[in-house]
Amino acid sequence: MKFRLTTGAIASVIVFIVAGIAWTLWDQAALAIHKFGWQFWQTSIWDPVSGEFGARPFIWGTLYSAILAILISTPIAIGIAVFLSDWCPASLRAPLVFVTELLAAIPSIVYGLWGIFVLVPAVREFQVALPDWIRAMPMFSGPPVGVSMLSAALVLAIMIIPYTSSIAREVLKSVPATQREAAYALGATRWEATRVALHYARTGIFGAVMLGFGRALGETMAVTMVIGNNPQVKWSLFAPQYTMAAVIANEFSEAADELHLDALVEIGLVLFAITLIVNVGSRLLLWQMNRERKPKQRATAPAEEAA
Amino acid sequence: MKITVEHLNFYYGAKKALTDISIEMKANEVTAFIGPSGCGKSTFLRTLNRMNDIIPGARVEGSVKIDGADLYASGTDAVLLRRKVGMVFQKSNPFPKSIFENVAYGLRINGMAKGRELAEQVEASLKAAALWEEVKDRLHDPAMALSGGQQQRLCIARALAVRPEVLLMDEPASALDPIATQRIEELIYVLKKDYTIVIVTHNMQQAARVSDATAFFWMGKLIEFGPTPSMFTGPREKLTEDYITGRFG
Repeated sequence: MKFRLTTGAIASVIVFIVAGIAWTLWDQAALAIHKFGWQFWQTSIWDPVSGEFGARPFIWGTLYSAILAILISTPIAIGIAVFLSDWCPASLRAPLVFVTELLAAIPSIVYGLWGIFVLVPAVREFQVALPDWIRAMPMFSGPPVGVSMLSAALVLAIMIIPYTSSIAREVLKSVPATQREAAYALGATRWEATRVALHYARTGIFGAVMLGFGRALGETMAVTMVIGNNPQVKWSLFAPQYTMAAVIANEFSEAADELHLDALVEIGLVLFAITLIVNVGSRLLLWQMNRERKPKQRATAPAEEAA
Repeated sequence: MKITVEHLNFYYGAKKALTDISIEMKANEVTAFIGPSGCGKSTFLRTLNRMNDIIPGARVEGSVKIDGADLYASGTDAVLLRRKVGMVFQKSNPFPKSIFENVAYGLRINGMAKGRELAEQVEASLKAAALWEEVKDRLHDPAMALSGGQQQRLCIARALAVRPEVLLMDEPASALDPIATQRIEELIYVLKKDYTIVIVTHNMQQAARVSDATAFFWMGKLIEFGPTPSMFTGPREKLTEDYITGRFG
C-alpha cells in the first residue's frame, strides 16, 4: 500500500510537470495570446518592428519539413530494419546495428554543420542541374540558394532514420517465428515470409514512424542551420522556410520587447500543442488498429506441459 | 512408400540432434512420433519439409525421399517442396487477417486461384477442415477472434488450401481443451483418406487413437517403429515399454 502510494505520487509528478509546462507557456505568452487570439494561428506576417506576429509560416514549415522527412526516411528505415532482421548475415548484423545506432548519437549541431558544408551545396547543384521545365513547377521553383526546405527535410530524415529503424527492427524481431514459418510452410519465398512479418508488425512499425515524426517536429539546431530561416508558406522544396523551433532558437535571446517575447513563447505553446495532438492522434490510431486485430480474447485451456 | 528416410543425421551447429534415422511412412496413413521432450521428434518432423533450412547453422546428412524424389538433392526447390508438404504448428498461428484471407494466402502467393475460383477453394478447404459451418457467415471477421480450437482448424484449412500431399502436424492439439482436441482427432481420421499425415504428439493416448504407425524417439534416435497396436501392446524395446507405461519421460 505504502509502495503504491509512493510510486503513485512519483507518477503523478509527471502529469504535474506536463501541466506546469503548458501553464507556464500560456502564462508567459499572455500578451500575445490576448492581442492576437486565434488569429495567431492563421496570420502569415512576422514583423517584430511593427509588432505584428503570426505563427502560420512556422507551423507550415515545421509540419512540411517533418512530413517530408518521414516520407524520405520511412522506406529507408524499414528497409534497414528488414535487412537487419531477416536478410543480413549474422556476422554483419552486430556492426551494422552499431553503426545505425551511432547515427542517433551524433549531436544535432554536427548534423547542422555537415548540412551547411555538404548538403546545402549539393542541393544547390542539384537544383541548378534540373531541366528548366521541372524548375518551372511550383514544387521546384525559386532561386538556387541551397538553404531550403529540401535541405532541412534531408537532414531531418537522416537524423530520424536510426530511431525508426531500430524500433522497427525490434518489432520485426518480436514477430513470433511461427508467423514466418506458417508462410514458408505454404510455399512462401523468403521475401513473402518477410512481408508476412511486416504485416504482423504493422502497428509497431507505425509506432516507430510516429516516434520519428515526433522527433522531426521538435528538432531545432540542425534545421535552423539549413532551412534558410525565411517565414513563408511555400510548396517549393527549394524555398528557404522557417520552423517553430528554429524561430524560437534564433530570436529568443534578441527579443527586445515584451510582445515579441510573448509571441515567441506562444510559438512554443503552439509547438507543444501540435506535438501533443500528433502523439495523442497516433496513440488513438494504434489503439484502433489493435482493436481491429483482437476484438476479443477467448480463453483456451493452458498448454499441456511437456512430460 | 510415400516417405522414405535413410540414415538421416541432423546438426544444429556442432550439436547433433538426430542420429542415423531410417524410417518409411505409407501413403494415406497416420504416422505418430512420440517420445520425451527434446528427443528430436519435432526436429525430425521439420526435416520432412525442410523447415529447418531457415535456422542458421542447421545441417542435414542422409536422404529424405517423398515419392522417390530426394528433398535434399541439390536440384530440389525448398519453396516448391513446402507447397507439397503442408504443416500445422503446435500453437495455432493464423495471420492477423480475416478468416477468408488466411485460407486464401497460400493460394494467392502461389498464384493458384483468383476471384470466384479462389472463393470456392477457400470454401472447400474450410469444409475439409470441418470449420465451414461455424464461420461461413463471418468469413471477413478477424481470424484472431476465433476460439483456440477453431484457430487450429483454420490453420489446417490454410494448409489444405494449397493441396499438399503430406500433412505434418507438430503437436496440433497440445494447446487445446479436450473437446477441441477431439474435433482435431476426428478431423485427422477423415483427412487421412486424402493425405499422408505425420503427427508429433506428447500424448500417448492420442497417438494410440489416431495413428496407424508409431515411432518412438529417444535422445535423437529412432528406438522403435511399427504398427500402432503392436507398439502399445507389445513393444519390442525395453525403452519403449518404459516410456509408454509412464516409467519416464
